[in-house]
Amino acid sequence: MAVHTGPSVAPAADGTPVRGRSRGAGGPAGKTRPPGGLRRALSVHWYAWTMVAPVVVVIGVIIGYPLLRGVYLSLTDANERNVERNIGVNHLPATYEFVGLDNYTDALTGSQFLGTLGWTLVWTVSCVSVTFALGLGLATLLNRRIAGRSLYRMLLILPWAVPGFVSVFAWRFLYNEDRGLLNKLLAGGGIDAVPWLNDPTWAKFSVIAVNVWLGVPFMMVALLGGLQSISGEMYEAAEMDGANARQRFRHITMPGLRPVSTTVILLSTIWTFNMFPVIFLLTRGGPGEATQILVTQAYKFSFEISPRDYAQSSTWGVLILVLLMLFAAVYRRVLRKQGDTW
Amino acid sequence: MRRGITATALAAILALAATACGSDGDSGSAGGKGGELSGTVTWWDTSTVGSEDKVFKKLAEGFTAQHPKVKVNYVNVPFGDAQNKFKNAAQSGSGAPDVIRSEVAWTPEFADLGYLAPLDGTPALKDEKDFLPQAAASTKYAGKTYAAPQVIDSMGIFYNKKIFKEAGVEVPGTVAELKSVSKKIKEKTGKTGLYLRGDDAYWFLSFLYGEGGNLVDAASKTVTVDDPAGAKAMAVVKDLVDSGAAKTDATDGWENMQASFKDGDVAMIINGPWAVADTYGGAQFKDKANLGIAPVPAGSVAQGAPQGGHNLAVYAGSKNLDASYAFTAYMTSAESQAKVAEELSLLPTRTSVYERPEVAKNEIVGFFKPVVDKAIERPWIPETGSLFAPLVTEYTKVLTGQTTPEKGVTSTGDAYRKLLKGWK
Repeated sequence: MAVHTGPSVAPAADGTPVRGRSRGAGGPAGKTRPPGGLRRALSVHWYAWTMVAPVVVVIGVIIGYPLLRGVYLSLTDANERNVERNIGVNHLPATYEFVGLDNYTDALTGSQFLGTLGWTLVWTVSCVSVTFALGLGLATLLNRRIAGRSLYRMLLILPWAVPGFVSVFAWRFLYNEDRGLLNKLLAGGGIDAVPWLNDPTWAKFSVIAVNVWLGVPFMMVALLGGLQSISGEMYEAAEMDGANARQRFRHITMPGLRPVSTTVILLSTIWTFNMFPVIFLLTRGGPGEATQILVTQAYKFSFEISPRDYAQSSTWGVLILVLLMLFAAVYRRVLRKQGDTW
Repeated sequence: MRRGITATALAAILALAATACGSDGDSGSAGGKGGELSGTVTWWDTSTVGSEDKVFKKLAEGFTAQHPKVKVNYVNVPFGDAQNKFKNAAQSGSGAPDVIRSEVAWTPEFADLGYLAPLDGTPALKDEKDFLPQAAASTKYAGKTYAAPQVIDSMGIFYNKKIFKEAGVEVPGTVAELKSVSKKIKEKTGKTGLYLRGDDAYWFLSFLYGEGGNLVDAASKTVTVDDPAGAKAMAVVKDLVDSGAAKTDATDGWENMQASFKDGDVAMIINGPWAVADTYGGAQFKDKANLGIAPVPAGSVAQGAPQGGHNLAVYAGSKNLDASYAFTAYMTSAESQAKVAEELSLLPTRTSVYERPEVAKNEIVGFFKPVVDKAIERPWIPETGSLFAPLVTEYTKVLTGQTTPEKGVTSTGDAYRKLLKGWK
């Protein structure tokens, strides 16, 4: 999880589920004998339809079309060599073919997708849980009157204020095995250099550390807001009843934070699952493929290997979307069962 | 819609160009028909930033002196990103340069994808006969010529003479000697012997050739990377790293390699002429005589380094083909190549340039010329540029201990067979 660093660069079908279906044609134009219900709806609510038409069109163009195109490409064998190209004097028609669900069976039966998915889940769960724990700890610390409270808050929000790629590059310099500051500090303490980004296990640890560092401010601010909305009287009452600090935290703070924490956990899970910049800029998915998550691997298919495999990339993109939609649906259902209003 | 208009316009321009008074783009002599070429030529250069790029920028902008109405827009794109950047731009038809400095392995690939303009019979290819046959080989694809060779190169060991003297060792001629030399350097000076790039498979090739292996055999359409020789070569580089004779990184290999060599933290690197100017900028090489260059170490079977280099290719969708042809001719002309050889020690691709006194006395060119003559050519097929991606993944995995040398080359071979349909 982390700050949302601008529009994602991942190819094709990516992004959070869109509300509402896109309609190719916005508005009532060009209808031939619509059924009665529709006609009535149009005649009564024509004004409303006209008002939403531009939005529907825009969403259709910038989200709907690429999404559908991505889904379509995932059912073909499109790659760089067989898509249509118009280059000056050379016109090359498209020659890719429809292959049905082959790409999906390849992905779901091959070891690469499942292996990458495994690491992506580890990465998501560890990033979100550590970020949440740290954010909650810091928020609790800052939720009392201490000298210089606003200064601390300012400083702790800093990672969020710096553009994502700048921080990631800064970390990349820190991690450098021979010339990085981290290993220089360790050497000062007489400890051998750590191959931060050159050893598969350390690299996994390193990317998680950077992502946590980037994500904590958001968690902290959100949870601090949640903490401040819990009324002080509850704590006073609990104290009168003889509850100690730990019990107060468990029975008042945690339930009081629920509306906030469930939301930030959902958001940060989705963000972390698709956290392209941290992985891409820190390790490029390396060493080997050790830190490659689903999105960076999909990007690699589409932009780094040659010939570029658009079909496989789209397949992975669609699978990512399906996974996240499933997760969001299950998550909401669980919460609703527990009586949360969503 | 706009694209349609552009295409029509281009067709019209081409027709005009074909029928108009033959623009022979005579850029060599000052007697060109003044003012017939105009517009902007955008050139994507991929040379090393901070050393090579200054020279190329100045040279490129010198084109305006001959053609006052042509503006040269010099853009330096990092070599590592250029292949992808060009593909993105070329395919969408927006933002692509008019001329690109295309690495030898990229050239057939770009040509196959239809991104390059054929240069046969255009002013871009001046004195074709003068080009070294090796350099011209990568510019030909499917019976046409798609680029003009700009520089040619190979690899050798760069070593720090001062450290060698301190440790009392000689330049290693084989991988086995490299290990013992590194050990001695470590004992005497505490420095690491060799920095081996672990994030770029090009650096693996000389070890592969040394064991008698190769990536593919184009003549018999066979994938050969997973032969025993390939596994052996992987084991050799792994052993160099494990035994402490060499150090490596999985990211930022180029920067780390150059930095540690220039600061004298390592005694040797394997590199090519393109790194010479950058290396001279290091603290250890204020005195240029401290840099020694020797052939790459031989493996158990042979001694070989890959032949590389760069061509200049014209984008098929360029809005200014005539000026681009002339610019390509100018950049690959004998005068330009001599200037580049003199200032950067890069190897010319024209036979005649080697005979010029200022080039003939350049030691680095003198060293690399025989190396290039013996260097091993890759097959110039469209897929050559695609062979590194699967290899570098496995190469890094082997070096970081995530897979064995045998498994590494097997996976690479499988990926190649997927890429090269119908190959054994």
